[in-house]
Amino acid sequence: MDWFPLYNSLRIAGISTVITFFTGIFAAYYIAKAPRVLKGCLDVVLTLPLVLPPTVVGYLLLRILGPKRMVGAWFLSTFGLKLTMTWWSAIFATTVVTFPLMYRTARGAFEAFDETLAYAGQTLGLSNSYIFWRIRMPYCKQGILAGTVLAFARALGEYGATSMIAGYTPGRTATISTTVYQLWRTNNDALAFRWVMVNLAISAVVLLAVNLLEKKKTGGRSVV
Amino acid sequence: MALSVDIEKKLGNFHLKVKFEVENEVLAILGASGCGKSMTLKCIAGIERPDKGRIILDGVTLFDSEKKIDLPPQKRKVGYLFQQYALFPNMTVEQNIACGVREKERKAEAVAEMLHLMELEGLEKKRPHQISGGQQQRVALARILINAPEVLLLDEPFSALDTHLRFHLERKVQEILGRFGKTVLLVSHDRDEAFRLSDSIAVMEQGRVETVGRKKEIFADPKTRSGALLTGYKNISRAKIVDDTHVYAVDWDLTLTVPRATVGVEYMGIRMHDIRIAKGMEENTVICKVIREIEEPFSYTVLLAPAGKKAAMPLGVQLDKSLWESIREEEIAVCLPPEALLLLKA
Repeated sequence: MDWFPLYNSLRIAGISTVITFFTGIFAAYYIAKAPRVLKGCLDVVLTLPLVLPPTVVGYLLLRILGPKRMVGAWFLSTFGLKLTMTWWSAIFATTVVTFPLMYRTARGAFEAFDETLAYAGQTLGLSNSYIFWRIRMPYCKQGILAGTVLAFARALGEYGATSMIAGYTPGRTATISTTVYQLWRTNNDALAFRWVMVNLAISAVVLLAVNLLEKKKTGGRSVV
Repeated sequence: MALSVDIEKKLGNFHLKVKFEVENEVLAILGASGCGKSMTLKCIAGIERPDKGRIILDGVTLFDSEKKIDLPPQKRKVGYLFQQYALFPNMTVEQNIACGVREKERKAEAVAEMLHLMELEGLEKKRPHQISGGQQQRVALARILINAPEVLLLDEPFSALDTHLRFHLERKVQEILGRFGKTVLLVSHDRDEAFRLSDSIAVMEQGRVETVGRKKEIFADPKTRSGALLTGYKNISRAKIVDDTHVYAVDWDLTLTVPRATVGVEYMGIRMHDIRIAKGMEENTVICKVIREIEEPFSYTVLLAPAGKKAAMPLGVQLDKSLWESIREEEIAVCLPPEALLLLKA
């Protein structure tokens, strides 16, 4: 059994989780404080990938990053870099799809934060970045961790947008989900089943982790 | 360590307009909830920003809308004790006290000193939720005092504590305030607490400071209706002047003798324990029907309606338990001593 799809899936999910972790928290922190109308608008735009079919997300990404499209063409002519059909192309897809999960869970956690703690920190002379990383983040830890794990799990299972932007090249862009589809399509039922079991095992562990995190007193609300 | 505050802030329909000065004493801001007490403290600390005005602490301008000065809370040297103490739940007692220390070299020493001073030794490694309310309060005070602020703001410091613990803990806080010796603002809605802890009292009503003065003067003559309510007058009626020594109490339908009726009087009041059972035909003796009696732990509160009058509000009288039990009747004669009658502005 060639383990490349597992390795590829994990690195794609890992990298995109790191990206959504920071961008999601950043967006959540500032949008939680934004005026109501702006908050409502941004909320819709940023949550959209959660409800759109992954193929629609894939289509839109290709529309932007494809070699003949605006951003894609620029990268190709400037750096000689093709943004699609490489292993890391899938990171675009998984990042966009998992962003809303991180963003919404983190926002719920931030909104439940007791703001007097931040005020107390300020009057005690603590810097705003100290307050953010040493008081606000630990307070919202459970919600943010749950969001991170969910984002990772979703990235691991991404199929639609990934297959459109990264395709399926064995040993190069194959992930677990695209491999399962390919094996089933080519009637390799036994191997497909083994990959299904691998996927089930990983997902079960991840969800177990989410449940354990949420059982403790959580600062945030879950979105799913 | 003089603090001078003169600020205005609009919040929807609410208009905060506060002006006072205080130096090296405990000033209690007494007011009903929602009158703007906490908002005033937040403006001084820099958490909320006034629309206009000036805040000056010991010669340093903290806020000035005209000169566009608005120091961040970190630079104000203002200690703020929050209602629920706002201890950081993820830190131990020791870390809570140590986290804001400005002089890093002296940190360990200063923390140990504070722990000793606040009687918190042995609790260093505990988390805030593992210690009692009184201990939480002292951790919060320790963490504030360790940086020697120029002014201390206490926002309803005892409201988070059980009633039976308050008295004892109040004495400790009083001791700490005595040692602090600089300006302290204490926000409270409890007149007894305010009286016990403060030197002066500012009465606040709907965003405005109505009266400021030495606490004894304020309690002896609160001057305004809201001041009278806050300092514990339960019997308050609208009033109309009849002549130099007589005032008509509208809500009790009584004309009463007063030492001197001053111009501008709109209300009058009398404390429940100042009304007494009449001995013979004294001045301001009123025959009343008993409407209700309410038994308190150590006394009776008896609600009375002046007989044959159209009173809109009853008169409350507080009587000794044994006294009321010995005379209990349907109709009694009470005396409202002229010197106990308080004439008030609106």
